[in-house]
Amino acid sequence: MLRLEKRASPSRAWGMATPVLAVVLTMIAGGIMFAILGKNPVEAIRTIFWDPLFNPQFASYSRPQLLVKAGPLILIAVGLSLGFRAGIWNIGAEGQYIIGAITGAAVGLAFYPMGGWFIFPLMVIAGAFGGFLWAMIPAVLRTVFRTNEILVSLLLVYVAQSLLSSMALGALRNPQGGGFPGSRNLSQYPAAANPELIAGTGMHWGVVASFIAVTFAYILLQRHMLGFSIRLAGQAPRAARFAGVSPTRLVILCLGISGALAGLAGLFEVTGPAGQISIDFASGYGFTAIIVAFLGRLNPVGILLAGLLMALTYIGGELAQFMLGLPAAAIQAFQGMLLFFLLAVDLLSNYRIRIGRAQ
Amino acid sequence: MEGLTKAYPGVVANSDVSFKIRPGEVHALLGENGAGKSTLVKMIYGLVKPDAGRMSLRGQDYAPAEPSVARSLGVAMVFQHFSLFDALSVAENVALGMENPPKLRELAARIRKVSQDYGLPLDPDRMVGDLSAGERQRVEIVRCLLQDPKLLIMDEPTSVLTPQEVDILFQTLRQLAREGTAILYISHKLEEIRSLCDEATILRRGKVVATCTPREKTARELAELMVGTMLTPPERSAKPKGEVALEVAGLSVASPIPFGTTLKNVTFTVRKGEVLGIAGVAGNGQDELLLALNGELRTSPSAVKIAGVPVGAAGPIQRRKAGMVSAPEERLGHAAAPDMSLVENALLSGSVRKGLTRSGFIDWAGARRFAEGIVQQFDVRTPGTDVAARSLSGGNLQKFVVGRELSQAPTVIVINQPTWGVDAAAAASIRQAIIDRAADGAAVVVISQDLDELLEIADSFAALNEGRLTAPRPTQGLTMDQIGLMMGGAHGMEVAHAEA
Repeated sequence: MLRLEKRASPSRAWGMATPVLAVVLTMIAGGIMFAILGKNPVEAIRTIFWDPLFNPQFASYSRPQLLVKAGPLILIAVGLSLGFRAGIWNIGAEGQYIIGAITGAAVGLAFYPMGGWFIFPLMVIAGAFGGFLWAMIPAVLRTVFRTNEILVSLLLVYVAQSLLSSMALGALRNPQGGGFPGSRNLSQYPAAANPELIAGTGMHWGVVASFIAVTFAYILLQRHMLGFSIRLAGQAPRAARFAGVSPTRLVILCLGISGALAGLAGLFEVTGPAGQISIDFASGYGFTAIIVAFLGRLNPVGILLAGLLMALTYIGGELAQFMLGLPAAAIQAFQGMLLFFLLAVDLLSNYRIRIGRAQ
Repeated sequence: MEGLTKAYPGVVANSDVSFKIRPGEVHALLGENGAGKSTLVKMIYGLVKPDAGRMSLRGQDYAPAEPSVARSLGVAMVFQHFSLFDALSVAENVALGMENPPKLRELAARIRKVSQDYGLPLDPDRMVGDLSAGERQRVEIVRCLLQDPKLLIMDEPTSVLTPQEVDILFQTLRQLAREGTAILYISHKLEEIRSLCDEATILRRGKVVATCTPREKTARELAELMVGTMLTPPERSAKPKGEVALEVAGLSVASPIPFGTTLKNVTFTVRKGEVLGIAGVAGNGQDELLLALNGELRTSPSAVKIAGVPVGAAGPIQRRKAGMVSAPEERLGHAAAPDMSLVENALLSGSVRKGLTRSGFIDWAGARRFAEGIVQQFDVRTPGTDVAARSLSGGNLQKFVVGRELSQAPTVIVINQPTWGVDAAAAASIRQAIIDRAADGAAVVVISQDLDELLEIADSFAALNEGRLTAPRPTQGLTMDQIGLMMGGAHGMEVAHAEA
């Protein structure tokens, strides 16, 4: 009989090993699923994990896409992870991402067609501030009226999406666009553009920002009292109050930081890869980042790796769709398996499996 | 009951324990926390199966597979923690614990009769939620008595009672014993055992170390049998007390805990070098008082003053800066974060007074030195300072928590239940450390449910009763009777044995 036994202290080795184990298990289970669908499982796995990076035919297109997709995921997930560690659940990063893109783009468009070095930095600040403000709504409602931040932040996503449509059709619509919805293309407006910094890598300012965020989050959590307070509040809320951590301050800080980072991600996306405010600008990064945050164990370095892995399954998944004719649902199921296995094997860092009956 | 042998190997276990209880005997099972009393009792009650050994009940082989078998054979148990439903009446609660409950009206009549026969007045129609701790315990006892037990097991029954209530309980138990019921009485309170029990079996680390007649031994001899070493009572200094260090005036605050106790107009002062002991039955506002003193619960600024400075509206960090340290009762989850290492837990409350941060950045090397210092100085048994707090035993974690607070050169110390669940040797060293800090000039407030402990270390004594604090009185010269009255007497139970 199998039995779980709680470890005296969480195992570090297992903490490192479980993500790898989860990926391996996902490959096996996913392979079985692909085989049942009548595809060659080895080829399918190779198409998802290998071809986007190393296949001479596709790599030149898909390799840069890796950073383009991973950048916003990492940036948002790092912000979310701080709150998640403290037990503050910002589920509405997608909304903050959208609002950041709108406010940032609005500032840029207000200057059009002026030139000037200061425009892009101003847009960056405006984008972060927009996301911050949008996150302050659930934060203030929770601290003042004790509402649930999960619900409020999630519902605000739909408000943000409606606002996005309204902006694309109204206030921010391109006056020279012939009546089509969507703003001017910011990536073609040099003072506001977020171009690829090194040709062929996909590296843009958003990717740089996500690396900086990872570094700062790492230092914050390891070396700073605020990071310690965040971890403490998540692990033992009453001990945190005993230590003197103010729950109100923590809610404001965590939601504020995650909102600002999501807003930044939106701004970098709208000025770079997306190029314009359009009705279909929202692409689900804010929701996927939740998965990335947990996949990376809420650890900044883990999130960096998880973001890259998640981006890879997206690109590889698309590739598998048109190369092998795999249905989109199968790819989503595959991504779901990854999260499932990760959470399942996570148990092993806190528990060990014993064979035999309880004493 | 005769011949009871069991071997039970493992880490926390009993090995080769034998003893016997005769009908009509009150038999004490004495031992420190972790000596194996609970495991032993659970085996008798059928909750745990012994690995080896044999039990017999009145000449018959006895191996209960589960508690209901034990109950049907006449073994009843009153647990330390009650298993009652607040929202149900006394009779309904009793019915829930029976195999074949009779009709409620019939049961109510039986409850009345049994409770009167044994001097435990109890109204079967009252809601359990409205009863005091002592009355709740009666519900449990009456529930057992209805089964007409041959062996009654009582697990630390007096920890929730005032001295008067303890007297009533003892009379009931003596009456039961006279009628031929065997009683197994588990406790670590030595005076109780000396006054109540006929025989005592003393357990240490899972083994029987002695069997004796407690009346023939002094409490000190019993304690030494239990601990296995000589105990030295703490030394107190007779230094004159200094000026007022902690002043609490008109402190009234609602409890943040659901079903908690509201503090009502709590007023006291503690001078430098003075130890104020605050007694009270559990749930009379002890937790709330600690929270209001350490800053987790805010009040009006002047309700709490440290060295004359109003801090009632300040949070825990400012109060630590002002010189106050505190140790809550609940070690795991409140005083310490279970999954964090000892180093991190040292930082948890030590960062302010030990200067473990520089402009917000943590000095991990300093925190580690602090943690190692605590471990060394307070004899915390741990493989290192990187282990999670939850891996420490209760007593060791308590030494760590108390040590952490006392090592911060405090001017005001507030401790709730300093030695709860700690073995006697460790308890003695914790008490000594508290007295030493007082001798160094700290003002100390010790909240405890252990009266012996308070009488041993406190200079002045007060009691909490339903959120109100009595006026502090000098400990010297207080009688048990006076203390009991300060704690709220017998909660309306004085009539109990008048006619019995």
